[in-house]
Amino acid sequence: MKFELPNLSYSYDALEPYIDARTMEIHHTKHHMAYTTNLNNALAELKDYPATMEEILSTISKYSMAVRNNGGGYFNHNLFWELLTAKSSKKPVGKLAEAIERDFGSFEAFREKFNTAAATRFGSGWAWLVSQNGKLVIGSTPNQDNPLMDISELKGNPVLALDVWEHAYYLKYQNRRPEYIEAFWNIINWEKANELYIKTL
Amino acid sequence: MIHELPKLPYELNALEPWISAKTLEFHWGKHHQTYVNNLNNLIKGTEFENLSLEEIVKKSSGGIFNNAAQTWNHTFYFEQFSANPKKIPEGKLKELIDKTFGSLDQFKTEFNQLALTLFGSGWTWLIETTPGTLAIKQTSNAETPFKNSEKCLLVIDVWEHAYYLDTQNARAKYIENFWNVLDFKVIEKRL
Ligand SMILES: [Fe+2]
Ligand SMILES: [Fe+2]
Repeated sequence: MKFELPNLSYSYDALEPYIDARTMEIHHTKHHMAYTTNLNNALAELKDYPATMEEILSTISKYSMAVRNNGGGYFNHNLFWELLTAKSSKKPVGKLAEAIERDFGSFEAFREKFNTAAATRFGSGWAWLVSQNGKLVIGSTPNQDNPLMDISELKGNPVLALDVWEHAYYLKYQNRRPEYIEAFWNIINWEKANELYIKTL
Repeated sequence: MIHELPKLPYELNALEPWISAKTLEFHWGKHHQTYVNNLNNLIKGTEFENLSLEEIVKKSSGGIFNNAAQTWNHTFYFEQFSANPKKIPEGKLKELIDKTFGSLDQFKTEFNQLALTLFGSGWTWLIETTPGTLAIKQTSNAETPFKNSEKCLLVIDVWEHAYYLDTQNARAKYIENFWNVLDFKVIEKRL
């Protein structure tokens, strides 16, 4: 069985002006595609492997670096695209909104903490909001690691993800990562984030 | 002591079309400058305040190390380019490359492969491990062989910011372009 590059549910220019069409197209058709191809190539060398990425990630320490890097890259980008939308409510909804108030005090305090995690990840990586059996935690991972991996310092089920590899923002924002992080708040699919959160309860 | 951003030994557009003026404007003018500024801010009032850049790289960790090492690495990187580069090494450098890798072409093939496959942000180096012995080494993020007293000879920055404006995801194209402006005269002097 092969993992496939998913189509986006919106057009490449849908997230303008926050993320430009050219960045979206290269990010999806080149970077995400390369992770997909390289993951399938790395798995093809194995006799047997689980059917879902979640199962592979939870025992990633048993796999090669090629599976870890490209499997992470494949999964993280799948999630990232789903967590973006042109029609954002711009603030959390449902049970997730309540949990954010409960665990961080306010949406503003949560935002600030998430921004810091995203801005201070040195090199390439991801910022995350994860659920640990309902409790919300903010953190970041290097490269394409993610909180489902058994090797990850940050553990939990992803609720929100932000790609802070330079390729995610360089064409539009260059060295100004904080501006890209700020832009992200305008295009978050909070319905999807809430759905992911509810599944962990 | 206040650390300063070294001037480039060439104009911003001198490396075109291989490395664009726009890339240098950001890479040197913003990224390198930011590492220098962060370093100056972070060392204020610490044990590192009066140390040389080299000593800070060797003795520090965390944020101070990241910014000190990135300051050092970028200076080392930018110094090795020229609009009229010497493309074929001679003398002792040529001898050691031939001895270690077989030929210049073979060295470049191995170096390119490691530069291409470094995952995430980082650097690929030609170093002298012990006198007369060359090796190619990858380092992640700010890490630098110089911290372990390995002698650095040549480096390529493969953080995406080094090439994204010019070649986007095509890192291989950037690596190929790199050799058109890499000046072996500078590398020979480092040996
Ligand atoms: Fe990405
Ligand atoms: Fe750089």
